[in-house]
Parts: sequence; structure tokens; C-alpha cells
Amino acid sequence: MQRETLGHHISRQFNEELEDIRNRVLAMGGLVEQQLRNAIDSLVQDNSELADDVMTTDYKVNALEVSIDEECVQILARRQPAASDLRLIIAVIKTITDLERIGDEAERVAQKALQLSKVSGIKMPKSSLQHLGEHVLQMMHDALDAFARMDVETAYKVWREDRKVDDEYESIMRQLMTYMMEDARAIPHILEIIWAVRALERIGDRAGNICEYVIYLVKGKDVRHTTAEQMEREVMGHLRRDD
Amino acid sequence: MSQTSLTHGIDLDALQRSRETPSLDKEEICLRVEGLNLFYGEKQALHDIDMQIPRNKVTAFIGPSGCGKSTLLRCFNRMNDLVDGVRIEGAIKLDGEDIYHKSVNVADLRRRVGMVFQKPNPFPKSIYENVAYGLRIQGVKSRRRLDETVERALRGAALWDEVKDRLHESAMGMSGGQQQRLVIARAIAIEPEVLLLDEPASALDPISTLKIEELIYELKDNYTIVIVTHNMQQAARVSDYTAFMYMGELVEISDTNSLFTNPGKKQTEDYITGRYG
Repeated sequence: MQRETLGHHISRQFNEELEDIRNRVLAMGGLVEQQLRNAIDSLVQDNSELADDVMTTDYKVNALEVSIDEECVQILARRQPAASDLRLIIAVIKTITDLERIGDEAERVAQKALQLSKVSGIKMPKSSLQHLGEHVLQMMHDALDAFARMDVETAYKVWREDRKVDDEYESIMRQLMTYMMEDARAIPHILEIIWAVRALERIGDRAGNICEYVIYLVKGKDVRHTTAEQMEREVMGHLRRDD
Repeated sequence: MSQTSLTHGIDLDALQRSRETPSLDKEEICLRVEGLNLFYGEKQALHDIDMQIPRNKVTAFIGPSGCGKSTLLRCFNRMNDLVDGVRIEGAIKLDGEDIYHKSVNVADLRRRVGMVFQKPNPFPKSIYENVAYGLRIQGVKSRRRLDETVERALRGAALWDEVKDRLHESAMGMSGGQQQRLVIARAIAIEPEVLLLDEPASALDPISTLKIEELIYELKDNYTIVIVTHNMQQAARVSDYTAFMYMGELVEISDTNSLFTNPGKKQTEDYITGRYG
């Protein structure tokens, strides 16, 4: 389906409801993106104020998740959507679950930043952390962009990025292990850093999930748990059977 | 059953098999429509329809008013023969034999292909006589055979328990939902192969509608069912395959799950999601 075919329902009210849901998902995504931005900054800049901010905005994200879910349930009950409308509702329900979890991961990063800010003299691979953080932030941004524009090619590209994130994660872990070997007394603090790195890596996975929902929404094909080759075939193959 | 496939006593392999998407290619075909064109006088109502109706499955026809779905349904038991000025080209084959061939006895065809209409149309006779009617005109006189058939047909139509104590009362005193099930009992009493249902539940309340839908589900073990409905949720609920028609043409026929979640054609998508194309 195309972005512009979202409207055009005979029921204008239904158009408005679907448009409203879409906008609220994007608003929720924007909020989580900001949360993640602040979490990364708080970690690499030692900024405990930003970390506090991340943790206090989490309730807004949670509230949005609950209310969007409720709206989806109402549409299912009242409109019995079919085909692309049905896929949109299902994709939204799944997307907001992942967004909420990304919010939780951002909160975890902020929490660790706050704990680490209380101790001095810790050796932290800041530039690697910053790089990983920017990478998953970009992934999340692009995944939401793909959702907004119903763009499967972008979704596929973002989905493929996750492999690079995994590589970065591995390399930071190796770096942190050498730190631990160098100074055993730093291990408790380095474990905190590992938690934050792990959270960032999970965000990459969840951004990848959102891309899978975009492909499901547009193509009607469930590409979860498939290989890159299968995914590419689905995405790059004929756009629709009758196009 | 392998040991590894059992989880909490549930056979995962069997579950997986039951989730397999049905495919027309794998079905035994009961009715085959080949290059069918139908004209009401000058006006062409059906355009070059090619379609296969699988045996012992429910196939639903959906589409806007005037798209030709009822016309097509009525071709299957030659009901259109009764309309003046109808001309038909192409073939419809029931078990491989063209039902429009000169040698076909239409009364015999309609015994094999029964039909139920939108409005219940019981005869102004008793419940019993309504169901026994088909056998009586076939010349069956044996009381025992009539009794057995009436009970079997009423049970088949999920009506027996409601009417067994008043079989000889007039059918006109029944509710609309009961009358519709009575008409279905009358149709299945003569053991047709195919059951054509033209909007069978559109005049009924939701509970009677559900009873008819439940009945359709049970009947498909023994009959090939073709149903025309305006209610898309109903088509989605009861059918195995769905055909979407538009302006006298068959746009798409596919398994019902695929058609309602990911239709192949934009026209189908626009119709089932309520968009103007």
C-alpha cells in the first residue's frame, strides 16, 4: 500500500481515526528519540541533570503506549478493519510495544549514567560509546521515518544496520574486558557500563523490529525471523502482485 | 508423534499443519466456470468469468450491488433460464459435465444443486410437509423413509430440537431464523451436491445469523457451498475461499485469509476497506 491511500475511506471519521493513531505513534516515537538522545548525552558527558530528565519523561511514553493501545482496540471492535487497515493497526500495536521498550532501555542507560557520575576516575571508552549511541539513535530515527513514509527500502536498509551495531557492541565489550583485566577494582563500575552498552545494543534490535513491521504493513509479508536474503527478495521483489 | 514435538501435551506439528494456507490448486474441483458471458438482452452482466469452486468447501462471492454475483450464483442451477431474454456463452461444468448441454434435465440439475434465497420462503404447509416436499414430488410414499428423511434434514439444519414436538404445525408460525433453517432443511432433504445461498442471513437478527453461519460450517462436510453475501465480515467468518466481483467481472478469487489480510488487487483492497477507488 502507498502512503497516500491511507485516507480515501468512505467514512471520513475512520480516516481521521487512522490518521490520528499514526500521528500519535510518531509523536511517541519523537518523545522516545529525545529520551534516547538525552540518555546518550548524559552517559558520555557525565550530565546527571539530563539523566534525571530521561527518567522523569518515561511516564509520558508509558501513558502514550496505553492510550494508543486503547484506541487500536476500539478501532478493532468498532470498525473491523481489513487488509491494509488491519495491518496498520497490528503494526501500530507492535511498534508502540517496541517504542516503549526502547524508552525503558534509554532509562536504563540514564540510570547507569547517574550511578557512574557519582564516582570519579573511571576509565570509559567514551568515543566508542558515543559512536554506538549515535548509530542506534540514527537507526531509530530512520525506522520511524520509514514508518511515517511507508518506505520499505529505508526499512530494509535500517534493518541491515543492526549487524553493524552488533559488531560495534562486540568490540566495545572486548575493550571493556581489557579494562577489567588491567584494574580489577574497577570491575563493579565497568559492569555498570556493560549494562548501558547492552541497553544500546538492544535498542538497535528493537529499531530493526519496527522496520519488520513497516515491511509487514506495506507488503503484507511477515519477515520476522528470516534471513537477509529472504528479506531482500520480499522487499526488492515486485512491489505488489498487480502493480 | 515424535517426542520432541510434544509441548504440554500439545502436538506442535499437528498445530502447524492445521495452520497451512489452503490453496485452490490442491482442492478437488466441483464446479468449473469456463469463459462465461451472460447477457440480459443487450446488456452484458457477466464478462468472461473463469472460476473453480472447490468441493466440500465454502466459497463466498462478494462485491457491490449489481456486480453480477447473484447472477453468477443463479447460473449454477440455471435459475436464469426463467428470465426472459437471457443469453449465455461459455460453460459451467458440474463434476466435469456441462450443465448447459442440451441433454441436461434442468429439474434433475436443480435436485443436485439446491438453492436458498434471501427471504425465507416456506410453503404454507406444515413443517413436516415442507421438508418432505421434495421427496413427495419424486414419488416417495414410504412413511418410514419420509419420517427418517425429515428428521435427518431437520437435524442437519440444526432445527430438530426446536420443532420436533410441533412437526405438523404450520411453518408460517415460525420465526424468520427458524424459517430460513427450515428452507435449508428442505434443500438438504433431497441430498444435493451443491448448496447455493443467496444472502441467506441478511433478513435475520444477529443471533439467527450466527446460527445460520454455524450451520454453514457444519454443512460443508457434506456439501459444496456457494454463498453470496453483502456482509463482508460474514464472508470472512464462514468461507474458505472468497471471490470478489466488480462490474460483471471476477477481479480475484483466493483463500479467505489472504483476501482479507493482503488482497492481490487494489480494487479488492479498496472494496473491503471501504475506500472509493
